[in-house]
Amino acid sequence: MFDRLNFPQPWLSLVLFSTWQFLSDGISGASVVMGLVLAWVIPQITHGFWPERPAFVKVWRMPMFVLVVLWDILVASFEVAILILNPRQPKPVFVNYPLQLEHPLAISLLASTISLTPGTVSADVSDDNKTLLIHALDAESEQEVIDAIHKRYEKPLMEMFR
Amino acid sequence: MSPITEYIVSALLIVGGAFTLVGAIGLARLPDFFTRLHGPTKATTVGVGAIMLSSVIYFSSHGFGISEILITVFLFMTAPVSANMLAKAAMHMGVKSMKGTQGNPWEQ
Repeated sequence: MFDRLNFPQPWLSLVLFSTWQFLSDGISGASVVMGLVLAWVIPQITHGFWPERPAFVKVWRMPMFVLVVLWDILVASFEVAILILNPRQPKPVFVNYPLQLEHPLAISLLASTISLTPGTVSADVSDDNKTLLIHALDAESEQEVIDAIHKRYEKPLMEMFR
Repeated sequence: MSPITEYIVSALLIVGGAFTLVGAIGLARLPDFFTRLHGPTKATTVGVGAIMLSSVIYFSSHGFGISEILITVFLFMTAPVSANMLAKAAMHMGVKSMKGTQGNPWEQ
């Protein structure tokens, strides 16, 4: 019984605990107790879903990556808005994106980034984690989308998860 | 609240509302399921982002708006997942993509 009273993922527990403190109305005894309970229960329940932790992540590269992504979201939102209001039909493309990233966490980060930036949605990952299916709303060719994603998002992620 | 912050808050609200509206128009106007997927998932990112930012500025006299930032973070974390699940479900059901689409969805 007591050997389960540990925190298998200390960082996740810490994030959960502090998030709960921010969500509740000021820090009180109740919020601390509830935060501790959540910080213990959620990692236990989601234990099986977490990929193995990568050996080394260059966390300091993260802020730059987030800034690039936020900027791209802003720019691409305008492009998609113009496209929606434009009477011409969009030219959608299904892209088979060859993944060079190997770590599952890195792949899911890339897939989320692709979905968040307007104009592209990641639809599926192949079972061997080698290909990502992307639906692009309006593109000239498959290669154009692959090159853009590789240059802007996959390269920085590869640097981070090396 | 100074007039300048009032202008900033109103501008952000208008921008946020405009993007949300465009997202809704996209949902109605785009031709097939996969292109419609882009409208609502994308309008939220900038639309909600702008509305949240205006809320942070409006309530800045009551301390920094951590909860607004948390809402934005939660939204950014869940939107890609729901879009992904919708796309997977559509491919599983064999939803047809519009004429002129290059490439094919995968067989499930």
